Amino acid sequence: MKHRKLLAFAVTAAALAAAPAGAEGKLYLYNWTDYTAPGLIEKFEKETGVEVVLDTYDSNETLLAKLKSGGGGYDIVVPSHNFVPILLEEGLLQEIGADKMPGFSNISKAWRSPPWDPGNRYTVPWQLGSTSFTVDTGAYAGDINTYKILFEPPAELQGQIGMFNSPDEVISMALTYLGFPLCNENSAQMKEVRDLLVAQKPHVKVYNSDGIKDRLVSGEVLAHMNWNGYSIRARDEKPSLHYAYPKEGVITWVDNLAVPKDAKNPENAKRFIAFFLRPENAAAQSNFAGYDSGNAEAAAHLDADKKSAPELSTPAGAKLVFSSSCSQQAIALQDKVWTEIKK
Amino acid sequence: MTESRFINFALPPWLSAGPAMAVLLFFLAAPLCIVAAYSLMEADPHGGVRAAFSSEAYVRFLFERDWDGNLALDGSYAAIFARSFLLAAAATALCLLAAFPAAYCIAGQPPERRGLLLLLITIPFWANLLVRTYCWVLILRDSGLANTWLSALGVIASPLPLMYTDGAILAGLAYSYLPFMALPIYAALEKTDWRLMEAARDLYAGWWQTLFRIAVPLARGGIAAGCIMVFIPSLGAFIAPDLLGGGRKLMIGSLIQLQFSSSRNWPFGSAAAFVLLAAVLLVLWLWLRRGGAQKAQW
Repeated sequence: MKHRKLLAFAVTAAALAAAPAGAEGKLYLYNWTDYTAPGLIEKFEKETGVEVVLDTYDSNETLLAKLKSGGGGYDIVVPSHNFVPILLEEGLLQEIGADKMPGFSNISKAWRSPPWDPGNRYTVPWQLGSTSFTVDTGAYAGDINTYKILFEPPAELQGQIGMFNSPDEVISMALTYLGFPLCNENSAQMKEVRDLLVAQKPHVKVYNSDGIKDRLVSGEVLAHMNWNGYSIRARDEKPSLHYAYPKEGVITWVDNLAVPKDAKNPENAKRFIAFFLRPENAAAQSNFAGYDSGNAEAAAHLDADKKSAPELSTPAGAKLVFSSSCSQQAIALQDKVWTEIKK
Repeated sequence: MTESRFINFALPPWLSAGPAMAVLLFFLAAPLCIVAAYSLMEADPHGGVRAAFSSEAYVRFLFERDWDGNLALDGSYAAIFARSFLLAAAATALCLLAAFPAAYCIAGQPPERRGLLLLLITIPFWANLLVRTYCWVLILRDSGLANTWLSALGVIASPLPLMYTDGAILAGLAYSYLPFMALPIYAALEKTDWRLMEAARDLYAGWWQTLFRIAVPLARGGIAAGCIMVFIPSLGAFIAPDLLGGGRKLMIGSLIQLQFSSSRNWPFGSAAAFVLLAAVLLVLWLWLRRGGAQKAQW
């Protein structure tokens, strides 16, 4: 959901291809692009003798299509929370009893037994974060913690807005701004969403979910829809870039480790999950990707800049909004809105 | 003697055409049949199709179920198709303008130098399309090469809005597919008898006359092949429109891609691909009927 890097993915893949052949068999890991800490994999290989093979995807839909077609032969996949129920409904995941694994107690109480996997029978959190937007506070000095900045921008930001190029994420944000439920099947409310987004379009410079950091740092746009982890990387290069926690609700997502039903090495998959539940390993992944792992004990092992990052600490009392898997009718309405915006 | 030996080895036509037919069957006919079948099924809510007949995907092209569920005439998709066709046509014209002089010059060089020049034309093609398109972002954006140089030279005071325009898409498309145009034109020109050009000059034809009445007609086959090879991929392109056009307007390519990903409507995506194919075939057929066929030498 949050790391579709166009150009850099080959680097990790190439580094991992050089791993030594393991006597303990293999582990086929299927993860989002640019989302697996290379050091983590090396450590796991050294510790267990298992050879890890990494393959990557760029959307939940790709993952679903691949698993549904029976292809891949993967041992671990990393679906977002809203896709876990779909994978379960399609019978594509196997039970791993994560709640009985050593190290499970390290997971923060807030992220145990989530609605998409009660009792953690199938999944543990890999990385979690939020989707909001980043504003160049050098250009706009007012309060940024409202979606109004994005959808009805002040004069300073008009024509300088960047949005994701994904109907689901843009429309979810518009629905949150308007105070309507996500995955909306109410055509009157979706009409309001359309009106809002059509009125917003003249202020939008670009719809693109890639290269966000580049556009923000180069000043090409002054506000851009963004994920919290990516916002850290942007602020590293330009300190005036601040991440917003909108009062209307912060859209939150969780990507989870899960084991497909037809995994060939389920034991190695469980070893990897247990390995990841150890705080120092979860922290290594967070240090690489810039997202929280949901592991309460990991904080001690985080790099100093991650410990203090405002992007990683959602303000207490913030309203969290979780997307869920939408019905066919809701998706059809989203598609209709999107076509009308871009026709 | 040689002749009879040749006959002994010759296979019956239906058998010797076998490998070609097999390739066509497996890589052309079979996938097309799958696309056609998918376009007539119902969408599965999780992506994919359900085995039930439905013509909804085709109805959607012209009639949109309005917000209250009634069928109403709708021009959105027709507009998307028209925009894509116009842009592809413009990209083809731009390619032709750039590629013809280049191919003409190369064909006029001594043979030992032609190989090197052709190699130079194809070298950019070895890099990934995404990378090549992204390079245009670095050139055209506000803080990019073009604007930096222009303002350094004092030509402009503030950056020109070059990115996220139709012009940017056009530049990206034309650049991406230029070799597809240059190579067939070169192939056609290389085969022609250049003495004809000399004869034209001897008979007092001007430079323009020689070009348009001798060289262009002789290269007609190459031009036709080049136009088709640029027009068709431009029509389905979605990388350039998304990266350089800022994704502000849907093209056929992005529309189809969207249906197979977040909109999870594979039948509509298949139908869009099929309508596109039919439109392209129709245009080609009309063009061939108008006499392109006799003159085009492939």
